[in-house]
Amino acid sequence: MPEPLLSIRDLVVEFTTEDGVVQAVDGISYDLFPGETLGIVGESGSGKSVSTMSILGLIPQPPGRVVRGEALFNGKDLLKVSKKELRRIRGNELAMVFQDPMTSLNPVLKVGFQIGEAIKTHHPETKDDAVKKRAVDLLKLVGVPNPERRVDQYPHEFSGGMRQRAMIAMAVANEPQVLIADEPTTALDVTIQAQILEVLKKAQEETHAATILITHDLGLIAELADRVVVMYAGKVVELSDVHTIFNSPRHPYTVGLMDSLPRLTADEDWLRPIPGQPPSLISRPPGCPFHPRCFLSQGRVRCREEEPPLRPIGDSQHLTACHFAEELEGRTGHLVEPVGAGA
Amino acid sequence: MSSEPGVRDQLTIGPPGSQYSMSPPEGPADPSAELTYQYGLEVEARSQWAYARRRFVRHRLALGSLIVLLGIFGCGLFANFIAPYTYQQINLESLSVAPSAKHPFGTDSAGRDSFSRVLYGIRTSARVGVLVGILSTLIGTIIGGFAGFYGGWIDNLLMRLTDLFLTLPLLAVLLVAAKYLGHSTPLKLALLLACLIWTQIARIVRGSFLSLREKEYVEAARAAGAGDVRIMLRHMLPNTIGPIVVSATLTIGTAILLEAVLSFLGFGIEPPTPALGGLLNEGQDQGIDKWWLVTFPGVVIVVIVLCINFIGDGLRDALDPTQRRVRA
Repeated sequence: MPEPLLSIRDLVVEFTTEDGVVQAVDGISYDLFPGETLGIVGESGSGKSVSTMSILGLIPQPPGRVVRGEALFNGKDLLKVSKKELRRIRGNELAMVFQDPMTSLNPVLKVGFQIGEAIKTHHPETKDDAVKKRAVDLLKLVGVPNPERRVDQYPHEFSGGMRQRAMIAMAVANEPQVLIADEPTTALDVTIQAQILEVLKKAQEETHAATILITHDLGLIAELADRVVVMYAGKVVELSDVHTIFNSPRHPYTVGLMDSLPRLTADEDWLRPIPGQPPSLISRPPGCPFHPRCFLSQGRVRCREEEPPLRPIGDSQHLTACHFAEELEGRTGHLVEPVGAGA
Repeated sequence: MSSEPGVRDQLTIGPPGSQYSMSPPEGPADPSAELTYQYGLEVEARSQWAYARRRFVRHRLALGSLIVLLGIFGCGLFANFIAPYTYQQINLESLSVAPSAKHPFGTDSAGRDSFSRVLYGIRTSARVGVLVGILSTLIGTIIGGFAGFYGGWIDNLLMRLTDLFLTLPLLAVLLVAAKYLGHSTPLKLALLLACLIWTQIARIVRGSFLSLREKEYVEAARAAGAGDVRIMLRHMLPNTIGPIVVSATLTIGTAILLEAVLSFLGFGIEPPTPALGGLLNEGQDQGIDKWWLVTFPGVVIVVIVLCINFIGDGLRDALDPTQRRVRA
């Protein structure tokens, strides 16, 4: 087994609000290995973004606070390094692609300047014309037509898809070791989404960056991820490689997520949502956070009282946080053939 | 492809071959080239500044005011070339004469040419005004910027300081300060005024920075490893430049008025250096029948301040990127 590039252990992040302390991330652990794409999936508010933002020191503090945990990256704990050191790492070794390209580019600065800035920030010695040339090359890499002209344009002259390409160009400008893509296609329409995925793949191949892909789109996970972390209410509930997750999900939440997707092959009249709401992160239910909505729990006492630990099931690479995961034996996610499986 | 007759030709909306022609030109080799490029509908990119300039130029009152103001300030700047006399040249043969061809603004009781003195007075006042505009904008932007960017106790401290300055009875403080600082040179007076009227700009910049702080592109810049200073200067300041320019302009007007008040009360620019307020003061000493001594400097002050306010108005409209409509 190779050494993990980024290793998160028992991370707890809280936000203080007027209504109480929100435990946005509650003791999560996962590893990111070199060259792989790790998908983090979960519904809104499950702590997907906060878990990655906090290791980059990008959550507002206060009200946010990293209570404990560590994030080892190249032997350094990102939660303990100095602000200066963290700034050097951000955008250089760890880079981020944001969700909404319409608001993530500064409207008053030229796109080329903003890409160049990512380079200049970390390599101030670079000559201006070299920076500009690199910006043009990067725009070309992400498939922006006419990059020589585009580099001198403002964000409002770019379409949404083009802006997201520019954002990816910014993120990979310094050839980061880790690329964090936080719902990179959520704000785009479906046809553009496919193009952006191609660009992400290509950028990843060119720079050999390991990628954390945060999304609530299972299709995206199936398309891009090598391994999957499923999060619910600030916790990791299932972790496995992408094939196992789709072929034999072993957490009722994962099963519910997959069931809630409409099947194009079957004639269906109704969607099958997971009943209920995610729990309030201020007053967590005791026991398993998912038990009020769970079809397996059926009011069993153990689910209500005992919090299930993340434990291996089947082979040791497949982890689940469910007391009764074995009862899901033989259950498959209906996306039996993930798009791009085996590719 | 372009010479092929057919449906495409009927799509031509301009004369054939003109930039509006819809028939595709010799297609670029790159198949992914933009649609606009393919169809020859070149849209010239306009920067925000070009839009702002357009909007300002279409704002007739503001444009007119700018021209008038530049004229007045130009006369002041080149007073030593334009003025027929120096500001202290005494002519005993024409004491207190009414406006005439020789002395367009008349003369005072010492026979000094009022027109020349007004020109030199404009120079002094403009100098003070512009200096105050620059200095108070600097002070206000720095204080407001830090307050808005860092928030928390820094914001609290700096904004309470701003409140303190706002509650000071401006005129009283100015009079006391002017008295104790002694001989007022334009520079000294400008420093004094700038230290007192930066508050407006500080509040504007703080408000703007507070909202910009939450913008995603600031977060993105931070994720790219940009430091605080870089984010402030490169990302937030350019987004605030509109309101800053507007209030800096208006501050120049305020400063000229304040300087006039101070000089009128005898606490401003020390004679013999002429200032517009000082001229008013001297004029009113000499009685109502020498109307020309107060009228001309007074009118000049009013015109200058009016122009500045109109320009500020025009700039406000021009620099507001959400405003696409052009006002007459």
